[in-house]
Amino acid sequence: MIKKTVQNVEEALTGIKGGMTLMLGGFGLCGIPENSISELVKKNVKGITCISNNAGVDDFGLGLLLQGKQIKKMISSYVGENDEFERQMLSGELDVELTPQGTLAEKCRAAQAGFPAFFTPAGYGTEVAEGKETREFNGKMYVLEEAFKADFAIVKAWKGDTAGNLIFKGTARNFNPCMCGAAKITIAEVEELVPAGELDPNQVHVPGIFVQRIFQGIDYEKRIEQRTVRSHN
Amino acid sequence: MLDKTGIAKRIAKELKDGYFVNLGIGIPTLVANYIPSGIEVEFQSENGVLGMGPFPFEGEEDADIINAGKQTITTLNGASFFDSATSFAMIRGQHVDLTILGAMEVSENGDIANWKIPGKMVKGMGGAMDLVASAENIIVAMMHTNKRGESKLLKSCSLPLTGVGCVKKIVTNLAVLEVTDNGFKLLERAPGISVEDIQKATEGTLIIEGDIPEMILD
Repeated sequence: MIKKTVQNVEEALTGIKGGMTLMLGGFGLCGIPENSISELVKKNVKGITCISNNAGVDDFGLGLLLQGKQIKKMISSYVGENDEFERQMLSGELDVELTPQGTLAEKCRAAQAGFPAFFTPAGYGTEVAEGKETREFNGKMYVLEEAFKADFAIVKAWKGDTAGNLIFKGTARNFNPCMCGAAKITIAEVEELVPAGELDPNQVHVPGIFVQRIFQGIDYEKRIEQRTVRSHN
Repeated sequence: MLDKTGIAKRIAKELKDGYFVNLGIGIPTLVANYIPSGIEVEFQSENGVLGMGPFPFEGEEDADIINAGKQTITTLNGASFFDSATSFAMIRGQHVDLTILGAMEVSENGDIANWKIPGKMVKGMGGAMDLVASAENIIVAMMHTNKRGESKLLKSCSLPLTGVGCVKKIVTNLAVLEVTDNGFKLLERAPGISVEDIQKATEGTLIIEGDIPEMILD
């Protein structure tokens, strides 16, 4: 077994420098790598390009990196929950590339799977397709989208083992599996890190080959963005 | 005239037994409350869940189980979780039978605009572009006119498009309409609404053939 464990978040994020392109898992605040985001704030790396479905909220998630003006460019599908984001975007401080959600996921998966590009119907005839090659297949029009190129992918899983195998919980899975192995180095933070052999191989969602560094995170806040409940009666 | 609940009730009548359905944010979410009795449907949420159930009881919320609107939810028996690429494989691969979503504008050839108002509102398209480009069956749920009283059913959309030639059916507070090669075909009127009312609120070509029945909601 090839050991993937690092001691802590500082060691995990070794080599991340200003100007790099980072993929970060999560949907809204669900399944985001909280420990790594805090460490990126601490490291104060600037000029980052972030590939992440959302931009967090003003005081949590990637919003924390926006506050410190650490992000040069965001590649996301939906950024509606963050006032600071909107301010920086409208003032031109922040470059934003809005990408359809399924295309965003597939640009990750293509990078992971070794495809340079793929055709998708999403965005055909819209401004998303401007400047891109289009082609007709079986009477329908498609847009050519290229795989992402990133320096680091940072993901969050529920459980992981020392071999880098990952298991996710609920909808905290989202973009995380698609990003594993989609960058030069993949870092996984997990709620519970166990010795290799303790996870049932049948239950593994992401095989360890896609993960280079793994560590057990601490103090997960798991903030709920929209708490919706029903009453008992 | 219908309220948002009325629109949701009318759209719920379009559900068929065995459908996998993706509901957008807003009015479409309400459709889940009015599934006709005797049919089984499963709701897909593009953040990675199939078999979505109602909101959890207070105290049972789980931050790791949400829908695409980032609301805490529950799952029903037979539910599954999956990653985002798999989720959009279901959508792009046309395994999802029906997509119901809101819109800011729809044109008479079925174009839809619902993600951006230049210079004003730029939240992003989320999964809407994938959904409208892929689904065979798309129903738009929206008010017939905007807050300024202007028609949202247009000859051509003025806002940046989400998708082209994709909307099949529209249910508004005033009417049910089908998008045809020649324009919006009026199918049903909302209770208390005349054909003239609908004509006045529709900028795009409106096709009226014969007597237009009133919607049956219950």
